[in-house]
Amino acid sequence: MFKLLFLVPAIPFASFLWLATVGPRTSRRAVAIVGVGSIAACALLSLLLTGSYLVSPPLGGAYTQVLWTWIAAGGFTPQIGLYLDVLSLVMMLVVSFVSFVIHLYSAEFMLGEEGYSRFFAYMNLFVASMITLVLANNLLLLYLGWEGVGLCSYLLIGFWYQDSVNGAAAQKAFIVTRVGDTAFAIGLFLLFTHLGTLDIQELMRRASEQWSTGSSLAITAAALLLGGAVGKSAQLPLQTWLPDAMAGPTPTSALIHAATMVTAGVYLIARTHVLFSLAPPAQFAVAVVGAATLLLAGCSSLVQRDIKRILAYSTISQIGYMFLALGVGAWSAAIFHLMTHAFFKALLFLAAGVVIQALHHEHDIFKMGGLRRDLPYGFWGFVIGGSALAGLPLITAGFYSKDLILWHTWSSPQGSIALWIAGMIGVFLTSLYIYRLIFLVFYGDKKMEVSHRSHWRIKLPVVALCFLSIVGGFVNMPRALGNVTAFTDLLHASLPEALEANKAGMTEGLSEGLAAISFGCGLIAAYVLFLRRRSIANALGASSAGRAIHRFWFADWGMDWIYDRAFVRPVIWFSTIDRNDFIDAFYDGVAGLTELSWRALRATESGRVRWYAAWITAGTVIFVAIALWI
Amino acid sequence: MLAGILFALGVVGLLVRRNLVFVLMSVEIMLNAAGLAFVSAGARWAQADGQVMFIFILSMAASEVAVGLALVLQLYREKQSLDLDSVDEMKG
Repeated sequence: MFKLLFLVPAIPFASFLWLATVGPRTSRRAVAIVGVGSIAACALLSLLLTGSYLVSPPLGGAYTQVLWTWIAAGGFTPQIGLYLDVLSLVMMLVVSFVSFVIHLYSAEFMLGEEGYSRFFAYMNLFVASMITLVLANNLLLLYLGWEGVGLCSYLLIGFWYQDSVNGAAAQKAFIVTRVGDTAFAIGLFLLFTHLGTLDIQELMRRASEQWSTGSSLAITAAALLLGGAVGKSAQLPLQTWLPDAMAGPTPTSALIHAATMVTAGVYLIARTHVLFSLAPPAQFAVAVVGAATLLLAGCSSLVQRDIKRILAYSTISQIGYMFLALGVGAWSAAIFHLMTHAFFKALLFLAAGVVIQALHHEHDIFKMGGLRRDLPYGFWGFVIGGSALAGLPLITAGFYSKDLILWHTWSSPQGSIALWIAGMIGVFLTSLYIYRLIFLVFYGDKKMEVSHRSHWRIKLPVVALCFLSIVGGFVNMPRALGNVTAFTDLLHASLPEALEANKAGMTEGLSEGLAAISFGCGLIAAYVLFLRRRSIANALGASSAGRAIHRFWFADWGMDWIYDRAFVRPVIWFSTIDRNDFIDAFYDGVAGLTELSWRALRATESGRVRWYAAWITAGTVIFVAIALWI
Repeated sequence: MLAGILFALGVVGLLVRRNLVFVLMSVEIMLNAAGLAFVSAGARWAQADGQVMFIFILSMAASEVAVGLALVLQLYREKQSLDLDSVDEMKG
């Protein structure tokens, strides 16, 4: 059974090749069948693999399938090899299943668009790259998948390439993540030169043998990997690309920029957790980055008008939670939140797609309102997804995963009260911004007419994700509520258990209770401000301090402005004053010389055959003479 | 010696004549001069190779004339003249 593992990335890749070559000349129906069918096969295969893994786990809890040696150069022999343990199994299952649901949705959503097969080709290439990333047994193959998903992200953000704004957003995403990727690549070089291998398991073993805890090499390597993760997962300070990435089609935002690709950074850190354990300062940096990002992005999300940008900032903020969990050593809690987040955030984006399509591509939430009855699927998708996101107690998945993180933030030896408070404020902000969105879009007066009824291929994914957003959390419940630990027990086969050192002054139940209160405050505040007494919110926004804060948060804390001044303008300025430097002069000289010789040689090309014959004769005479007398 | 004179005559004819037919004839003279040189050299050193080469040159000259005359006819139809200097369209 495990021998079929290579098919999981191979099927979508083969389907990508078919769609890219034959696809444009076949019917849309065939494209949809191949594009969605391949991912369905992929999801089914993952399910079967999961089943057989649970029934009879391979020796040592991990299965390695080496397909072939990629390069053999001296001591450097990276393989094309797949590594399946519990961590990659969970990731593979989440990625393939969410991809399948979203592909099914896009088959209907993108039906009216130009480039239908191009869209599915990109999406399938993305799934193939993402699964390669997840299953890779060495960091170089992981890096290949990492760049592959970056490429697909670029292609899909700029899918409607005729509008130059989308192209600019795609370039921004590509360049900003490239900053992180450069750090990641340097980290790989460092690890290889010092430990002599890139195979992940071997690398972790050698690192823990050769490097002592807190050694400067371990810290540098971990910090460089963190740089890569920060870029890909849109964390502070490289988060600016994700809100602009919403220029892509909505299913793309759901799949790539919410559920899967942006969580690759979390996966990378969890995969190399040994290295981060060896470098406490780097791990602390992970926690601080996560806490700061979740607060900043939560505030920014609060003032956005574009429905997709709200969700984008919310994604940044939720990944902040995962980083926070990684930073305090709660590895399995981070992966738990990654999984539930993939479900409910994909659901929110798909529901947003329903709303946007029904309202002729209107994105502004202030122009929407009263859609509760007209769009039941969009409404319930938002209510369930939004409640899971905000952590509605007891019945939603987000509650269990987020509370696990908060509890570990308090109790773990690396945790602290400051980080816990940041997480609690984050819960309040999350609940405030998501219910603001729901109240503005679905309640109040109707402002626009609904034009579009949903097809079953739209409804089914929404319902399936609604279901998962609720039951996804029941695999792991806290002690006070049944004490189910199926998920974390499973993950402890490949990730170490979180320590509970500092329990003073807090119990798990109390932490959950406070999180529930924080959630309730956010809900009530949103209800009062955006449904009952809009005048208060308007008054707050109209005051001068309110206006300033609004502008500041709306522009993502001025980060774009800073980057524009600090990097973009100086480069443009330098390139304008440095238009004619000596390198240019050199190349101009080469060009001039070539032109001169062209003029000289052109004269000999007279077109007179007898002259050519004469030259040939003269040449022959000269060469014969040279051969005879010299 | 005779072959050398013949070859020189052919070269000069090729260079000074403007009429395409004469140019072709000059080429023929050069080929025959080379053939003569082969035959006489073969007789001088008592080798059969010279005669083999001459037969080879003969057959080559026949096919070359066939192609050459076909080109001459085409050129005449195109330009109504056999002047070599009239074809300078390929001038650089």
